[in-house]
Amino acid sequence: MASITWEQAPRTGNVLEVDHVSFSYGATPVLEDVNLILQDGDFLGIIGPNGGGKSTLLKIILGLIQPTHGSVRVWGQAPERSSHRIGYVPQHTTFDRRFPINVWDVVMTGRLSRSHMLKPYTEEDRLKARDSLETVGMLPLQHRPIGELSGGQQQRALIARALVRDPSLLLLDEAMAAVDPSGQEDMYALLDQLSKRMSIMMVSHNLSAISTYVDKVACLNQRLYYHGSKEISAEDIQAAYGCPVELLAHGAPHRVLRRHE
Amino acid sequence: MSLSLLQYDFIQNALAAGLLAGIACGVVGTYVVVRRMVFISGGLSHATFGGIGMAYYLGFNPLTGALLFAVLGALGIGAASQKTRLSEDTTIGVLWASGMALGVVFVGLASGYAPDLFSYLFGNILTVQRGELLTMLALDAVILATVFVFYKEFLAVSFDEEFTRVEGVPARALDLLLLGLVALTIVTVIRVVGIVLVIALLTIPPAIARYYTSSLSRMMLLSSIIGVALSVAGLTLSYALNIASGATIILLGSLTLLVVLATQRLRFRSNGT
Repeated sequence: MASITWEQAPRTGNVLEVDHVSFSYGATPVLEDVNLILQDGDFLGIIGPNGGGKSTLLKIILGLIQPTHGSVRVWGQAPERSSHRIGYVPQHTTFDRRFPINVWDVVMTGRLSRSHMLKPYTEEDRLKARDSLETVGMLPLQHRPIGELSGGQQQRALIARALVRDPSLLLLDEAMAAVDPSGQEDMYALLDQLSKRMSIMMVSHNLSAISTYVDKVACLNQRLYYHGSKEISAEDIQAAYGCPVELLAHGAPHRVLRRHE
Repeated sequence: MSLSLLQYDFIQNALAAGLLAGIACGVVGTYVVVRRMVFISGGLSHATFGGIGMAYYLGFNPLTGALLFAVLGALGIGAASQKTRLSEDTTIGVLWASGMALGVVFVGLASGYAPDLFSYLFGNILTVQRGELLTMLALDAVILATVFVFYKEFLAVSFDEEFTRVEGVPARALDLLLLGLVALTIVTVIRVVGIVLVIALLTIPPAIARYYTSSLSRMMLLSSIIGVALSVAGLTLSYALNIASGATIILLGSLTLLVVLATQRLRFRSNGT
């Protein structure tokens, strides 16, 4: 993939390095000694129960909060310095559905940056927004108020807002939660298409939300269970969830996901 | 209002005050409503009573005192939310009551009684002076210019603050700036509806406008028109009935909102079944 410019990543070719990261709110540990390496072109799915620290890990990678211990490097740099290359897709519940804004304006907010302040949007900004809306299939709905869209359409609008930044890494938080079952296959297809252009990391509490398209799977519940591959063992899942997971009963016992051809 | 009344200076001043207050409230009130800053605005407006009392005691212009306290209050809330563990609504509650208390103490210390104190609490649009109009005009200009310059940033921060922070936009500074605009708006409106009733003029017009548009800029425009219309209609009604102007404006607004809610409900019902 040509998305990495090596001048910007002098130390390593890894997109993301999470090195012995711990985080606690007061005395309550949320993350404990989390290690993770994401390589260029990876499509990683992280599953774990609610409250298992998934969103916290994302916030640390985004530079919104600092880890109590350990460090995070994105393209070899501190997260704050790399955030312009990260596309962040938060849970769709983070905004007020009654907010008076249409899809186009939501996507345009993705073009903002510190250096962009006090300047009007440019033609390039508009072209990027149009491209991104086309990619996620939302161009026909660009004038719709965000609150009038279905959960899946809102999710697509938020993905478009992340894509206008031309990210090399896409972070998705519970991207499937708002999508109704009939729309999930389309959403997976979209993510599969995007994974050819950028590295992707998606987190979800729902085992089945991690699609057959992901290359690698990790399990997070305070600690991260990860072998750098797509297979996770029943023991990993049990360790992460603290109890036998029902889904395993009607899947193959040692392979949660179908083989990637 | 009969046309002959328009030749009176105090009527002209009152109309101009209604216009300036309506515009400021429409624009800034839109942010207050969509960002859910109603309680913070209430706290700030009540805190300005401390400044008004201080101005009485030290003998300077009460609006200047109000401006000082509104801006300091905005900065205080911003600092407290970042530097202390107090939750924001606690900070606001403390600011709200302390400002009022300070005002009461200052007014008590000032010799004699304060004849127009009541008008700062509940407004009296008929007594607005030309000098105060100039202050209001200047504040309106600052508010509109700031919103014009930072429109897209304010929109982004209001819609999704966390995402905006990830983009590297100074979201906290923008938050504080927005709070500063609320402070300026409060001062603009004090003479019209008073510090106790400011919240209503900030929230009622945008609450009505929200039912008719889903664009932030159009919501601002519509809110401003509604705010001006309410001020002028309230002024007329209060003059005709010889009742308090600020309270009339607010009650007219509440009534309008109720009518809008009722018609929306009816429309929803006839569409829904």
